[in-house]
Amino acid sequence: MKIRALALALGVASSGAVSAAGEVEVLHWWTSGGEAAALNVLKDDLSSKGVSWADMPVAGGGGESAMTVLRARVTSNNAPTAAQMLGFDILDWGEQGAAADLNAVAAKEGWDAVVPAALQNFAKHDGKWISAPVNVHSTNWVWANKAIFDELGLSAPINFDELVATLEAIKKAGYTPLAHGGQAWQEATIFDSVVLATGGVGFYRKALVDLDADALGGDTMKTVFDRMAILRSYVDDNFSGRDWNLASAMVIEKKAGMQIMGDWAKGEFLNAGQKPGDDFMCFRFPGTSGAVTFNSDQFMMFKVGSDRRDAQNQLASSIMTPSFQSAFNVVKGSVPARTDVSDADFDACGKKGMRDLASANANNTLLGSLAHGHAAPASVKNAMYDVITAHFNGEYSSADAVSELVAAVDAAK
Amino acid sequence: MSHRWWQRQLPKLVLSPSFALVLFFVYGFIVYTGYLSFTDSRMFPSNELVGFANYEKLFALRHWKISITNLGIFGGLYIGICLVLGLMLAIFLDQKIRGEGVLRPIYLYPMALSFIVTGTAWKWFLDPGIGVEQIVQSWGYTDFEFRWIKDRTMAIYCIVIAGVWQTSGFVMAMFLAGLRGIDGEIMKAARIDGASSVQLYRRIIIPMLRPIFLSAFVVLAHMAIKSYDLVIALTNGGPGRATELPATFMYSYTFTRNQMGIGATSAMVMLMTIAAIIVPYLYSELKGSKKS
Repeated sequence: MKIRALALALGVASSGAVSAAGEVEVLHWWTSGGEAAALNVLKDDLSSKGVSWADMPVAGGGGESAMTVLRARVTSNNAPTAAQMLGFDILDWGEQGAAADLNAVAAKEGWDAVVPAALQNFAKHDGKWISAPVNVHSTNWVWANKAIFDELGLSAPINFDELVATLEAIKKAGYTPLAHGGQAWQEATIFDSVVLATGGVGFYRKALVDLDADALGGDTMKTVFDRMAILRSYVDDNFSGRDWNLASAMVIEKKAGMQIMGDWAKGEFLNAGQKPGDDFMCFRFPGTSGAVTFNSDQFMMFKVGSDRRDAQNQLASSIMTPSFQSAFNVVKGSVPARTDVSDADFDACGKKGMRDLASANANNTLLGSLAHGHAAPASVKNAMYDVITAHFNGEYSSADAVSELVAAVDAAK
Repeated sequence: MSHRWWQRQLPKLVLSPSFALVLFFVYGFIVYTGYLSFTDSRMFPSNELVGFANYEKLFALRHWKISITNLGIFGGLYIGICLVLGLMLAIFLDQKIRGEGVLRPIYLYPMALSFIVTGTAWKWFLDPGIGVEQIVQSWGYTDFEFRWIKDRTMAIYCIVIAGVWQTSGFVMAMFLAGLRGIDGEIMKAARIDGASSVQLYRRIIIPMLRPIFLSAFVVLAHMAIKSYDLVIALTNGGPGRATELPATFMYSYTFTRNQMGIGATSAMVMLMTIAAIIVPYLYSELKGSKKS
């Protein structure tokens, strides 16, 4: 008893002047190597301010299992301080009235002026900030093995035909041309890029955001599915069920030429000790430069008791400081969720990502990614997943896939 | 008098807490799920009634049709093969062989594993990159191919293989108990009448095992309908959506797709399917026990 009291006294003494000491409990699914390393930046930042971190990791790439756990916690009135969340889920929770109000912190620190407008749509509900965006990921990237490209004298393709020619050349050289994991969300990630490359920004908005039946069922969409089938033919036969980081590993280990994946893949390359430009290449999916399909990891804040509110505000404020946004995103592979952060610490791919984001924000070509829940709500997104993955696995012809897509979206709306 | 009264009431009193809990947590929630299936619940339960709209939507969904078809294939083969294999193993073990005490637990052992373990182990066996195909190829048969688990038309049979491996030993144990319960005098009498072994089994013993067949069928059928973990571990519903079963359908619609109304509807359809199998069985059992 005495010892405990002593330890307590020491603890109080050491935290000294820090007034906002407390604990935050954070639910997230950042468990793979690069992701866990990125999260440590936030943990260290908070502990330097005297806020301790209760970790609540729920593994599983797209966060599906994390969302199930979260729902159980909130329904039983035991909400965590914050939960990692994507897109429409945040708005759904806001709709349920479970979210905290961050407007005081946001006004004090001027979030409105520095966070891109397309992002604010997902971080505010009813004019209230309910969520602190950590990063902006963009999904229309290609990650390529530089050694293979140099060996075969290839350069980054700039349109779809060149992409196919490049893949063909890699195939002839005996490598797997396209590293891919057969999970619905990974196929949808490719689909994002192909839709954007094939139909352009206007078509992407009409089909995947407005869910316009003519756009979903038209000839352009058939071309999209034709192209998906072409890309499928460059994937090895053992792809189904493979996790995305294993597909990245194929590129890292020079077994495969390239991977079409969001910029979180960069974390895997960096973790393996590779350098952008020297060991691997990053370029926008051919035909999509100028536009960015994004998804943004945010920490949504839940309503908590007044005893935990200070720590929660501290967490939100820590997340939004430019120094943290820079440090975190350098490790994670994404780019900061505010546009006024210096790009000095970022590598070549990161600098390009930040430039692209700023110009897409200015030109109104910043688009929510369908695959990652920033274009359409979960029910519609999953209905599209069904069709995309069934077609990718050879169940439908492109024409059937188009009509199935229209029917599936209609049923899920 | 009060002593008597206590004695009569005590069993009811002791049982009542568990009765109340079961009433609330099992039957109460079944009723609630039934209610949800008539609402437009999405992320959270809602009270907006929509009649049979969810049932109409459910049966129009291709995804649900795939699940039902898969359940037909999986359930039919799983039950059929388990029954045949279980019966064969039981008959072979029943030949008064030496080492039966060692063999029986070996066959029964898979039942002690959870379906998650079975599914994961078989996922590795069946994976062309690291499993059977790779090993046989490394023995020199380089054109050997076994990639069912990556093939959307064959993947469902992989689930049958793993399921049968898990449960056929248990079915064997049921049949073995049945065989042991048959009066030895009957067999002796048949032998004296000149029945061959085949005739003995076909005409006398197997017909006498009828109640065991029925019990085994009921156990296997409900395991097939509710099987979830095996699919999740083995294929996670893939390739594409080729191995979805109603149970995985229910989970994904309720918890990850924010379409709780349709999820609840599919749960009700599954419940009714199981009830259609179990209720007649219970009815015949209860009638039988009253007679005796």
